[in-house]
Amino acid sequence: MSNKKWKEIPIGGLILEPGNSVKYKTGGWRVFRPVHDPTKCSNCLICWIYCPDSSIIVKNGKIEKFDYDHCKGCGICARECPPKIKAIKMVKEE
Amino acid sequence: MRQAMTGNEAVAYAMKQINPEVVAAYPITPQTGIMQKFADYVANGQVDTEFLTMDSEHSAMSATIGASAAGVRAMTATSSNGLAYMWEIVYIAASYRLPIVMPVVNRALSGPINIHCDHSDTMGCRDSGWIQIFSENSQEAYDNAVQALRIAEHPDVMLPVMITLDGFIISHALETLSTYEDDKVKKFIGNYIPKHPLINPSQPVTYGPLDFFDYYFEHKRQQAEGMVNAKKVIQEVGRAFEKEFNRSYGLFEEYRMADAELALIVLGSTAGTAKAVVDMVREKGYKIGLIKIRCFRPFPEEELAEALKRIKVLAVMDRSLGFNGVGGPLFNDVRAALFGRNAEIKVVNYVYGLGGREITPNDIWNICNNIRDINLTGKVQSSVNYVGVRE
Ligand code: SF4
Ligand code: SF4
Repeated sequence: MSNKKWKEIPIGGLILEPGNSVKYKTGGWRVFRPVHDPTKCSNCLICWIYCPDSSIIVKNGKIEKFDYDHCKGCGICARECPPKIKAIKMVKEE
Repeated sequence: MRQAMTGNEAVAYAMKQINPEVVAAYPITPQTGIMQKFADYVANGQVDTEFLTMDSEHSAMSATIGASAAGVRAMTATSSNGLAYMWEIVYIAASYRLPIVMPVVNRALSGPINIHCDHSDTMGCRDSGWIQIFSENSQEAYDNAVQALRIAEHPDVMLPVMITLDGFIISHALETLSTYEDDKVKKFIGNYIPKHPLINPSQPVTYGPLDFFDYYFEHKRQQAEGMVNAKKVIQEVGRAFEKEFNRSYGLFEEYRMADAELALIVLGSTAGTAKAVVDMVREKGYKIGLIKIRCFRPFPEEELAEALKRIKVLAVMDRSLGFNGVGGPLFNDVRAALFGRNAEIKVVNYVYGLGGREITPNDIWNICNNIRDINLTGKVQSSVNYVGVRE
């Protein structure tokens, strides 16, 4: 994101452009990254519902991949994946 | 129209004429009278305000912010510890650049608990980003309330405004004052067209996002500019007000300053008493004048230094105490204003009236004598003095 000068931005910290958080990459905050095992996954999409950063990409009703540019590694997806399935593992970033 | 009203009633009357869309209230002495009177106006259908009774001042300020961000005129009022309890949100109101107007009835901060007047409450948030305008009496409290919205909503300012009145001394004392016709007040205030209302589905906007090291500083820089711009706007609105209602308002009032060598600086209701004392002391041949600061934030630094350029000894009267080891807040701001501009002047601090302690004409007379002696001898015994405390 280009850093604008103080006279170039809206006052009060307002954001006038809807949906521009996609430009703000939060992937760098990650300590643990979620890793998905499609062989265990039932595609119930619970993880997709819970992900606070919309970082779980679904295609044709199936988990396709993680958006690692924005996934901040909170681990909610791994926690919420049903106990008998546990198709997401949190792996320490190298 | 001439009317007899307490200061609280005068402010409530201005609020009735403003007819804000939202008022969020939580009671605290001595402010309660404002909201009590305003609640009557709501109950009688004389305003169509959405009146919210909140669970705390913290919530009252939060609701006011929510309403203001939504895009309407929103007000609340408080005193003392209520303001202190609001403080976190008070700072946010200014940071979001919301043109909220809040009357604050000055009351000492606890502890020990005290319900009477001093300025420690608003001084506690003097650098929170709010404009602070002091009133000498009910008339000024009313007039300031009428002017405040135009200042707050000016596109070059967009900052919240506190108008202050001394607890009990103004808030509960009955005085006659001139009020203006509803339609004239409405016309003076004008309509508020918010630039970025939160409730506008066709133009969505985010208030209060996370703001890190990459932009927070820029937002603070903007805020600093709004405060600087406010000085010009306060004077413009004062002139417009004078044209419409025949009362003149600037950043401060100069009283008998033209040939003065000695001067007093005061805030709030004490100015009335002090002007009478200045008149008496003048009769004794002292060349003394008075400056009453109206606009405390932004602080009229340059203008004040200019007004004080012929003054030899200056008494700064603080109705609150800064616990910084070097005197009251007004004293420190005045000294900073003079630094590098007037090296000759002697500036002495007189702290008085804490927790509602009476300040009498005799006390002020003694201050005048004191600064005259300093002028004659060239010696300042003590730069911070406590008036009316038992030694
Ligand atoms: S770790 Fe958190 S942010 Fe990343 S995909 Fe899982 S739920 Fe979303
Ligand atoms: S919660 Fe687990 S099982 Fe369900 S879609 Fe996500 S990874 Fe697959």
